Amino acid sequence: MTAVEQSVEVPKAGRWPLFGIFAFAFLICTQVFAFMTSPPDANMGQLEKIMYVHVPAAWIMFVCFLIVLVYSLRFLWKGREDDDLLAASAAEVGATFNGLTLVLGMIWGKPAWGVWWAWDARLTSTLVLFLVFVGYLSLRAFVEDPQRRGQWSAAVGILGALNVPIVWMSVTWWRTLHQMASTAQTMAKVYQLGLWTNVAAFLLIMVYFIRRRYEAACFTRAAEQAAQAVALGGQD
Amino acid sequence: MAFRDDVRRVRAIAWKDLTTERRSKAGFNSVVALGVTILVLFGFALGPDAQALRDAAAGALWLSALFAGVLAFNRSYQVELESGALDQLLQYPGPRWVIYVGKLVANSLFVGLMMVIVVAVGIALFQVRIPAAWPELIGVTALGAVGLVVLGTFYAAMASRSRAREVLLPLLLFPMLVPVLLAAMSASKALLVGDMMHEAGAWIQMLVAYDVIFLVATLLAFEYVIEV
Repeated sequence: MTAVEQSVEVPKAGRWPLFGIFAFAFLICTQVFAFMTSPPDANMGQLEKIMYVHVPAAWIMFVCFLIVLVYSLRFLWKGREDDDLLAASAAEVGATFNGLTLVLGMIWGKPAWGVWWAWDARLTSTLVLFLVFVGYLSLRAFVEDPQRRGQWSAAVGILGALNVPIVWMSVTWWRTLHQMASTAQTMAKVYQLGLWTNVAAFLLIMVYFIRRRYEAACFTRAAEQAAQAVALGGQD
Repeated sequence: MAFRDDVRRVRAIAWKDLTTERRSKAGFNSVVALGVTILVLFGFALGPDAQALRDAAAGALWLSALFAGVLAFNRSYQVELESGALDQLLQYPGPRWVIYVGKLVANSLFVGLMMVIVVAVGIALFQVRIPAAWPELIGVTALGAVGLVVLGTFYAAMASRSRAREVLLPLLLFPMLVPVLLAAMSASKALLVGDMMHEAGAWIQMLVAYDVIFLVATLLAFEYVIEV
């Protein structure tokens, strides 16, 4: 049985704002670099440039949800509230990147496929994943008690992560049993460096976002605990 | 010895839930009525062309069962919350998973019986031709219902005790059930037209895998959900 009783320590911002400025500056550099070095694609023309934001967003979203899984398990195991707050921060950032992936994919899909949405396996499972984590965040919003919120959202986070490969498989089958699967294209060398540097930039931004969100979550909890202490008449 | 005690506890909890339902009947009747109403609405949306209805029958039936089932899951805990019955239940000796399995058994019977009626009405309304492979079709329906009940019973343990339980349960449950729905609908659809492509087998395997994975996962996680 885990118990959230000890007070939350609010971490210091320290040099994190500087880190954030660096991360965004780095992203601008990698975007410019990718735009300059990549020739227009044979089929897609300049449209391929969206890959440098779309693909990193999709990968980072998976990293975020992996963090949710790991810290949810750790919370159930050790019962320390900071693990729960970190998982929640990662879920929020992950849902943001997930939404970004979907929107960017649709912006790409309209000119490339002629439609905003195709019931393709990747698109559909990304959307389902987004809905699972919207559920996770709603659950947190509707439960006040921190112990309950922590354990419930950890359970929802773990089951949600467990469901990802199954959703992926089911949607792939659903498509391929009826219609031909889209073939994966191998990427030319010229595009790879631009992509990888942008993935690195997105990773830094993710770390920055999760860190600042985590600080904010700790502040909220500390304020709640202070209010509780005052209400109980212990301190003023 | 201990295991036999647990089985007795499971039976007691399932019996208690089913007796409550049997004595009031209001819950079951309204859930079945809702399932049939949704079927009729699907008929309006898709019909009246007989072939179109037949093609959409599997999907419409599963969605009706899903929407009606959601009400059953929340009810199963709601009756415990009135006059603090859940606190009492948690004070009895025995492991926590026993409560979950007991509720699972009761909900399976409840949803199973509801689906029998809804499917029978659906077959008539959507002019479904009963295929030769009807035993397999019943198997698919049972496997899909198990997946629905396992996750429904688990998530309702949280949603029913939160603010906004009406919206929270479907919001949590429906995205998680996407694989069950896809597999059950696709397998039923394939079996209804004679399974020419031999695709039903793969979907049935997926249903079995899903049921086993989430049964184990929810059994392990239930303790963390019910105790707070």
